[in-house]
Amino acid sequence: MKRQIPLVLVFTFGVLLAIQYFVPSEPSQRGYEFVLDWITIIGIFAMVLGIWSQIHVGYYKIKHRSEDWQYSVVTLVSMFAMILFGLSFFGGLHGTIFRLIYNNVFIPIQATIFSLLAFYIASASYRAFRARSAVSTVLLVAALLLMLRVIPTGPLADPINQIGSWMLLVPNLAAKRAILIGVGMGGVATALKIVLGIERSYLGKD
Amino acid sequence: MEQTVSMGTILWTTVGVFLTLCMFSFLYKDNPFYKFAEHLVVGVSVGYWAILLYYNGVNPNLFSHLFVFTNDPTTGAEFNSWKPKFDEIYYIIPALLGIAMWTRFSRKYSWISRYPLALYLGISSGIAIPVTMKNNVLSQLRGTVVGLGFDWSTSGFLGVPQGIWDIVVVIGTISSLIYFFFSKEHKGAWGGAAKLGIYTLMIGFGATFGYTVMARISLLIYRIQYVRDWWKMIF
Repeated sequence: MKRQIPLVLVFTFGVLLAIQYFVPSEPSQRGYEFVLDWITIIGIFAMVLGIWSQIHVGYYKIKHRSEDWQYSVVTLVSMFAMILFGLSFFGGLHGTIFRLIYNNVFIPIQATIFSLLAFYIASASYRAFRARSAVSTVLLVAALLLMLRVIPTGPLADPINQIGSWMLLVPNLAAKRAILIGVGMGGVATALKIVLGIERSYLGKD
Repeated sequence: MEQTVSMGTILWTTVGVFLTLCMFSFLYKDNPFYKFAEHLVVGVSVGYWAILLYYNGVNPNLFSHLFVFTNDPTTGAEFNSWKPKFDEIYYIIPALLGIAMWTRFSRKYSWISRYPLALYLGISSGIAIPVTMKNNVLSQLRGTVVGLGFDWSTSGFLGVPQGIWDIVVVIGTISSLIYFFFSKEHKGAWGGAAKLGIYTLMIGFGATFGYTVMARISLLIYRIQYVRDWWKMIF
C-alpha cells in the first residue's frame, strides 16, 4: 500500500494524460485543465514545506547561537515582513510597501548578483578563450564575433555583422536544434521511466 | 527644468544603492555587508514568491472554486467578504492531497506524502511525453528539414545560394546529434561526423557564451547608472 498505490497512480495518470493529448474533445480538454489545477494546488501546498524548512533552519541557528546566527534573523524578519505586507490588508500584490520593497530591495540585490558575474566571467573567459586546441579556438572566435557584432567597429562593422548573422543562422541554429532534440529525447525518456515505474527514487527508501 | 523628488523616493533609492554597494563589496572579499544583503534577499524572495503563489495560484485555482469573494462596494477593498460555494466542492480533493504533502514533517506518516507526489509526477510526466516530443523533437526536426525552404534562387552569406546553407544546417544538426550518440564508438566516418558535430556545437556554445558576457556587462552598466542617478539626485 505504501509503495504500490503510488506506482499505480503514476502509471494510471501518466498513461491517461499522454492519451488525452490525442483526444481533441471538450470533455478531454476540461479534464486536462482540471488535473492541471490539481497539480498547481499540490505544488503550492508543497511550497509550504520549503518555507517551513527555511523557518526551521533559521530558528535552529538562532536558538543554538550558531555561527552567523544574526543573519538568520535578517532572513526570517524580511521573509515575514514581505508576507505580511503582501496580505490583502496592506493592499496585496499591488500594495505600496510590498511594491517598494520589491523595487528597492529585491530588484537591486538580484540585479547586482547577476552583474557581479561580469567580473567572474572575465576569469572564466580567460580560461575558456585560451586557444589550446582547434575546438577551443572555434569557441573563442564564435564568442568574440558575437561580442564584436553588437559594438561599433567602424569599417569592420558590415563584414563582422554578416559573419555573425551567418554564424547565428547556420552553425548556431544547427547546434541549438541538436541540443533541443537531445534534451527533448532525454525528457521523454525520463518521463517514460517515471510512468513505467522504472524510476522510483521519489518513493524514498522504506 | 529641475524635477522635485519626494523624500520617500530619495530614501528608498538610497536603500537600493546601499544594498547594491553591499553586494559589490564581495569583489573585495566576503564581509558582513555582503552577508547582510545576501540573507536579506533570501528572506524577501521567499516572502515575495509565497505571496505571488497565493494570489496567482491558490486564489484562482483553489479558493475561487470553493468560495465566492466580493470586494467592498464602497472602498473597493479586495475580498471584503467571502462565503462557501458547493458546486465545485470536489476541489477539496487536491487541497487535501496538498495538505497530505505536509506529512513529510512526520517520520511515521511521511509515506502518505507519496500519494500526492505520485499524482503530481504521473500527471506532469503524462503531459510532458507528447508535448516534449512535439515541441522539442518533432517541431525541431520539421524546422530543420521542412521549415528551411531550401531556396536556390536567393543568395545568402558569401553569395552562396541559401539552399546550400540550409543543407549545412541539416548536416550540422545531424552531426551534432551523432556526437551525443555514445552507443557506437566514434571511429571512422562516424567519428568524422561526430567531430564535425563538436565543432558545430562549439560555435553554438561560443555564441551563447558571447551573449551571456554581453548580458552581464549590460547589467553591470545598468547598476553603475543606478548609483550614478542616485548620486545626481542627492547632490
